[in-house]
Amino acid sequence: MKRKFLTLLGLAAGVFAGGALYRRATGRRRERADVYFDDGSMVSFVDDSPEAEALLDVARAALAAVRP
Amino acid sequence: MDAAQALADLTEISSQIEAAVLFDASGAIDGSTLADADSTSALATAAAELLDRAAAFRTAGVEVTQLEVSTHEGSVFVVADGPRRIAATTRAEPTVGLVFYDLKSCLRGASAAEPAKSRRRRRTNGEAADGEA
Repeated sequence: MKRKFLTLLGLAAGVFAGGALYRRATGRRRERADVYFDDGSMVSFVDDSPEAEALLDVARAALAAVRP
Repeated sequence: MDAAQALADLTEISSQIEAAVLFDASGAIDGSTLADADSTSALATAAAELLDRAAAFRTAGVEVTQLEVSTHEGSVFVVADGPRRIAATTRAEPTVGLVFYDLKSCLRGASAAEPAKSRRRRRTNGEAADGEA
């Protein structure tokens, strides 16, 4: 009984891990902004933050301007 | 090495970089890989705005040295070294460290010409002064 439970638990963990890896491999990366400062610090803003959106808007406009 | 040569070297060694512009803190364009002046100006203006907006995230006195804004369509990189700046666009998901390295090399290469001339001028003056003394 215990052996069967462990087998099922292992199977469930494998399915979960496989699903996570698949989503990571096939999913779209999040948009983000990484800023580095002269004191050696760095901050990363992801796309749902107002800081990132302020930079992403400008970056999208720049990309559109340089591409035909 | 002048700005045009530095940019030519940059695009030759980095296949990830689609466009790059060298400019300064006042907004003056030193060189560009783009043929179109409007596109060049738009990229430099956007890069300056990115630096300004990013600087606002920290307290005064701390300056932005470099940034990358990554979108699904591509990335925009900006590197600042004193008054000199370089901005570049790449395809989506570039090798970030490599692009920053190439941009810094280009910025150094472009700014190497002026100090070299200055050093030569100073040495000549020093030699003349020695000769006179």
